[in-house]
Amino acid sequence: MGFMDKLKSKFKQNKETEEVSEKYKDGMKKTRNTFSSKINDLIARYRSVDEDFFEELEEVLITADVGVMTVMDLIEELKMEVKRRNIKDTREVKDVISEKLVEIYYGDDDQEIEELNLQENDLTVILVVGVNGVGKTTSIGKLANQLKEDGKNVVLAAGDTFRAGAIEQLEVWGERAGVDVIKQSAGSDPAAVIFDGIRAAKSRNADVLICDTAGRLQNKVNLMNELAKVKRVIEREIPGAPHEVLLVLDATTGQNALSQAKTFSEATNVTGIVLTKLDGTAKGGIVLAIRNELNIPVKFVGLGEKVEDLQKFDANAFVYGLFADLMDTEQ
Amino acid sequence: MAFEGLADRLQSTIKKITGKGKVSEQDVKEMTREVRLALLEADVNFKVVKDLIKRIKERAVGQEVMESLTPGQQVIKVVKEELTALMGGEQSKIAVSDRPPTVIMMVGLQGAGKTTTSGKLANHLRKKHNRSPLLVACDVYRPAAIKQLETLGEQLSMPVFSQGTEANPVDIATEALAKAKEEHNDYVIIDTAGRLHVDTDLMDELEQIKAKVKPDEIFLVVDAMTGQDAVNVAESFNEQLDITGVVLTKLDGDTRGGAALSIKAVTDKPIKFAGMGEKLDELEAFHPERMASRILGMGDVLSLIEKAQENVNEKQVKELEEKMRTMSFTFDDFLEQMGQVRKMGPLDDLISMLPGANKVKGLKNAQLDEKQISQVEAIIQSMTKQERQEPEVINASRKKRIAKGSGTTVSQVNRLLKQFSEMKKMMKQMTNMQKGKKGKGMNFPFM
Repeated sequence: MGFMDKLKSKFKQNKETEEVSEKYKDGMKKTRNTFSSKINDLIARYRSVDEDFFEELEEVLITADVGVMTVMDLIEELKMEVKRRNIKDTREVKDVISEKLVEIYYGDDDQEIEELNLQENDLTVILVVGVNGVGKTTSIGKLANQLKEDGKNVVLAAGDTFRAGAIEQLEVWGERAGVDVIKQSAGSDPAAVIFDGIRAAKSRNADVLICDTAGRLQNKVNLMNELAKVKRVIEREIPGAPHEVLLVLDATTGQNALSQAKTFSEATNVTGIVLTKLDGTAKGGIVLAIRNELNIPVKFVGLGEKVEDLQKFDANAFVYGLFADLMDTEQ
Repeated sequence: MAFEGLADRLQSTIKKITGKGKVSEQDVKEMTREVRLALLEADVNFKVVKDLIKRIKERAVGQEVMESLTPGQQVIKVVKEELTALMGGEQSKIAVSDRPPTVIMMVGLQGAGKTTTSGKLANHLRKKHNRSPLLVACDVYRPAAIKQLETLGEQLSMPVFSQGTEANPVDIATEALAKAKEEHNDYVIIDTAGRLHVDTDLMDELEQIKAKVKPDEIFLVVDAMTGQDAVNVAESFNEQLDITGVVLTKLDGDTRGGAALSIKAVTDKPIKFAGMGEKLDELEAFHPERMASRILGMGDVLSLIEKAQENVNEKQVKELEEKMRTMSFTFDDFLEQMGQVRKMGPLDDLISMLPGANKVKGLKNAQLDEKQISQVEAIIQSMTKQERQEPEVINASRKKRIAKGSGTTVSQVNRLLKQFSEMKKMMKQMTNMQKGKKGKGMNFPFM
């Protein structure tokens, strides 16, 4: 049984996984079409595996916003593998490509870390960070909704006191989800708002506190310091918290996403990534790069505008979504 | 390092070659490969990179470079020229309708920065062109988007037209136009909801608004950090709406901004403005030539001079130049400069515009925030007149006194003294450069 068949059979096991997979398949339609059709096209055009072939493959991967470093590593490995197995035909190389890509997706991580680190009988604090306009507040709204539906008692803290309308935006989401939003007036100290949020969450016996923060470009040192301070306030109030620091990344972002992941990690020790706007982009490659170069797991992906379109990241489903066409054409 | 800029990448590539007297064809091949990777890493669209590399190769292998005495510099020049050409000619002006109001429509993906840019643009029109714009809130989808625009309007004391979230965006835009005529607003800026270029329903809505209000300008707002997809986004919006220009946002980040390079090449629409910060006056006209320099790390001296001219009078500049040249720059001048610099914008912005600044140790991390600037002011104000003129006399006990007087610590005083002497060194190097000499220990391949 070929490698892709194995992966495929994984998804035929039960109906539930199939449904999740369909969602990914739908949401990532554009991503997948561009990505795998390009690889297929490449394989059709080249008969023998030579330098030109690898050069074009490199291009396909870079075009998918896979990090340049990751691509270089990957191409090196592929070249070695091709030599070792003495592969001459490009059709045979396809299997090796998929195999290597999947290897990067899975990495050394086990599935556990893709789950949110929720405390059993105690308050879980989730800090949400990211650059401007990636969808932090929207993701928090969706996440609050889902947690609430799971029977959790959720409180939101409106820590974006800078951007005009940010507090109101979170309040609308709070209303929709039916959860409390702790806020101060615009322009107040975000650390103070978060502090209030922790106190309120404790006194209300909440299960989860999600802290919104203002978007900031990662090269603004003062703003990154401010974020580190917010984290320190949380640490001081609740030992072991924040239990999750989620970095929200826009899937249309190019190589800068790596810089974002790196710098935000330095300031706040990011534990997971929320990859938003994956439904409209032709890319998904940045996930590969981030997993390979920084080893931060993706925990959620945004596949659409609706509340339920924020999905738990499922590496299997993601890979399936990305390579569905590659598998289909194999038959 | 994985995150170094395009300029660093190119420079290290060129360094390998510059030592050599002659450049072989093999060298050129190796170098163009590096340039290609650097451009791809900068998110320049791969098709654009392909064309660019082809042209650079042709020129590099030709006489222009091979027979030059300084092949490395020659290559950078070629790359820079090609980049500039790629981004299009000089910046374009904003349209003025013969029959006011002039209507500007802002479109783009979610989170690109349309609402903020609308506010900035309104501010720009009033400040630089003496216009009175009306902001129109047509984003009825995102929660609190209208509130966001209204808050911006309040901050700018500018009128905002909104009809809540129940109204139809097409109707809002139409009625806003009538309102603007009534109130004699000469510009109307329509903020629309963010949408994916593949969302047909919402794209149709934009077409309807366009048909109704017949805008003079349709600006596509694009996040400068966008990856390879920037080109597809720009292409789709352009095909459906025939945009008139692009506004690049978040260019104050550390993105290499390759999207800027690609969009013009693919859509043939000019990039008119660039968002350079979170404040409402941080919108700048887009200068292709300067942008190419900036991407290449050649500094943006032109922008710096322009900024300075806005805030500093010429006599002061001449005095400062003289002081920089003669090394008689004192803490008093520093204090005065700081007041002016504060008017110009964040210090790290200004530093990044200086040529070669990213190469000078210590300067890269010389980012000061506003609070720190106040502290620095306090420290200097706690110095005696002599100390300000000759910082060398500041010994341990003087430092203690200064720290006490300014409510800071000795280490903070030390840090300032160190930064000040570094700055003086930097000034010396710069003024030397202007005289045609090369600064010791610093390499400016472009000078």
